[in-house]
Amino acid sequence: MNSGTLAEPGRSGRGVLTSLHIWWRMLVICLEERLAYRSDFALGTLMRFLPIVTQVFLWTAVFAASSRSDIAGYSRDNIVAYYLLTMITRAFSSMPGLAGGIARSIRDGSVKKYLIQPVDYVSFLLASRVAHKLVFYAVAVVPFAIVFFVCRSYFPPAPDALTVLAYLVSLVLSFLLGFFLEATLGMIGFWFLEVSSIIFAYMLLQYLLSGHMFPIDMLAGIPTGLAGVSLADVVRWLPFQYTAYFPASVWLGKVQGWELAGGLVLEFAWLVVMIIICRLAWWRGTRRYSGFGG
Amino acid sequence: MHNRSESAAEPVIEVAGLAKEYRVYDKPEGLWASLRGLWHRESRTIEALRGVDLRVERGEFLAMLGPNGAGKTTFLKLLSGIITPTRGAARVLGHVPWERTDDFRRRFSLVMGQKNQLWWDLPAAESFRLHQEIYQIEPRRFEQIRDELVEMLDVGQLLGQPVRELSLGERMKLELVAALLHEPEVLFLDEPTIGLDVVAQHTIHEFLRNMRRQRAVTVILTTHYMKDVAALCERVVVVTKGSILYDGSLEQIVDRFTTHKVVTLDFEEPPAAGQVERFGFPCDIRGPRVTLRIDRTRIAEVLPELLAEKQVRDVSVEDVPLEEIVAGLFRGAAAAAVPAAEAVGAG
Repeated sequence: MNSGTLAEPGRSGRGVLTSLHIWWRMLVICLEERLAYRSDFALGTLMRFLPIVTQVFLWTAVFAASSRSDIAGYSRDNIVAYYLLTMITRAFSSMPGLAGGIARSIRDGSVKKYLIQPVDYVSFLLASRVAHKLVFYAVAVVPFAIVFFVCRSYFPPAPDALTVLAYLVSLVLSFLLGFFLEATLGMIGFWFLEVSSIIFAYMLLQYLLSGHMFPIDMLAGIPTGLAGVSLADVVRWLPFQYTAYFPASVWLGKVQGWELAGGLVLEFAWLVVMIIICRLAWWRGTRRYSGFGG
Repeated sequence: MHNRSESAAEPVIEVAGLAKEYRVYDKPEGLWASLRGLWHRESRTIEALRGVDLRVERGEFLAMLGPNGAGKTTFLKLLSGIITPTRGAARVLGHVPWERTDDFRRRFSLVMGQKNQLWWDLPAAESFRLHQEIYQIEPRRFEQIRDELVEMLDVGQLLGQPVRELSLGERMKLELVAALLHEPEVLFLDEPTIGLDVVAQHTIHEFLRNMRRQRAVTVILTTHYMKDVAALCERVVVVTKGSILYDGSLEQIVDRFTTHKVVTLDFEEPPAAGQVERFGFPCDIRGPRVTLRIDRTRIAEVLPELLAEKQVRDVSVEDVPLEEIVAGLFRGAAAAAVPAAEAVGAG
């Protein structure tokens, strides 16, 4: 496939197949790199289960203290199922170290490698992140399976095939959306050398607005000042809910029919918007880049 | 290898009025100043490069010399498209570097002394494979080139080891292999021998000389070591404060910027005080060994006179060491390049 590209001028060899080939090699090499740190990885995976346990205890206590059997449409069982499901969404959408890593590569100059070589940095990061996730799933599948088996009584009956399909689509989109949100965040490093506080502020915002902390339906009672518009209505238009809440609510049957379809369309639209912003940030950033670090 | 559109007569690198300014923020010391810095920061502009013109033909090996902060690395960063200039134009292989087209990027390489293109946690062989894909090197060609480079640098036994476990010299050699796999037509080397021991330096010199014989590769290297220059480059560009101070051959530097020769004499008897001064400026007197600085125009008349008058066991006439000349150039006082006592005493 590659034969003769050396002798031919220009971009002749640059077909889709070639790009896929490069991408595959990047994926393989990132997998190998990931596996070099597998024990560290296994530990990191187990640590992820701790917050969920405390959440379950917290909500059990909340329901025990209150006389109501449901809060904002969630029963106690619903809440536990919801948190377990957001854990799945987060396993797709969270990108530990991505934004910080990009900012660091800008600050210490290692981003130069990608400016010099005929390779696209963002595609490269994406390949590396897919590899990261694949290794994570391979390690996490057993503990996840155990937790879900133990907690199976909290879940409603499994949804129909079409909903499961929509759920899977929303998960894949949530991975991509999470990736481009954080990659864009990291590119702020071109403008500010120190981005850790910006990243921290973003994480906090995203924790609150994504449904990671509590289901965003619970924001329905909070007014925004605009007549008839609650905070939940605003949050539903933002991209953050797709990184935790939305896929979980699809599985639980909280969004259905047109609402579900609209949600997927909005998720896709946000993905396109973030890809464009990310590209633009990279384009503008590399133009003002001054090649720090020797 | 590459039969590209531009003809052989066109220069590989053409630079006109290239300038780069950086804005830097001064951060005064102290907490109060830091707090004030939140509202108002003093910035000033640094001219890293002030309108440089340069033409480099295919196959040339060019050394850039200059003190720290002279603009050498900025120049290489501009030519490899890492940064965009404030003013001026540049073409490398017919491309504007900072447009960063894939076609351009497939045809050059930049090796920066301590920055690695190799993956830290993986064996170099893996990084090479990735390069094969990125640069779209035909598999058989890739293996051939790789084996050739690996043999030349004698690094075969290092390919399977994670790069982080290698020494600086070993890593540098593998960096060079990685940089040359795609047979770049232009190679930028930013201090390629920095921190290496003498053996490793020598290996890299040998290797680059070989490369030069075998391929029509054009090389610009920046360095602080005159050994690199003497071993590799006949053309030297001296940069200070963002401008080119000298552009010419290595020999011409000596001709143009030195007025003296260094003459070392071994007398039979240590000369009495005040006896040698009339022949030239004595830089060093150690017993019977005397080192004199003698005006180049007078050397033909002074030396016979001296030899006739004194009992001399041995004599050597040398140019002022290159380090001294260049250091003098850096100081902007080239004509007054006075050889340091120990540098001459050793010769």
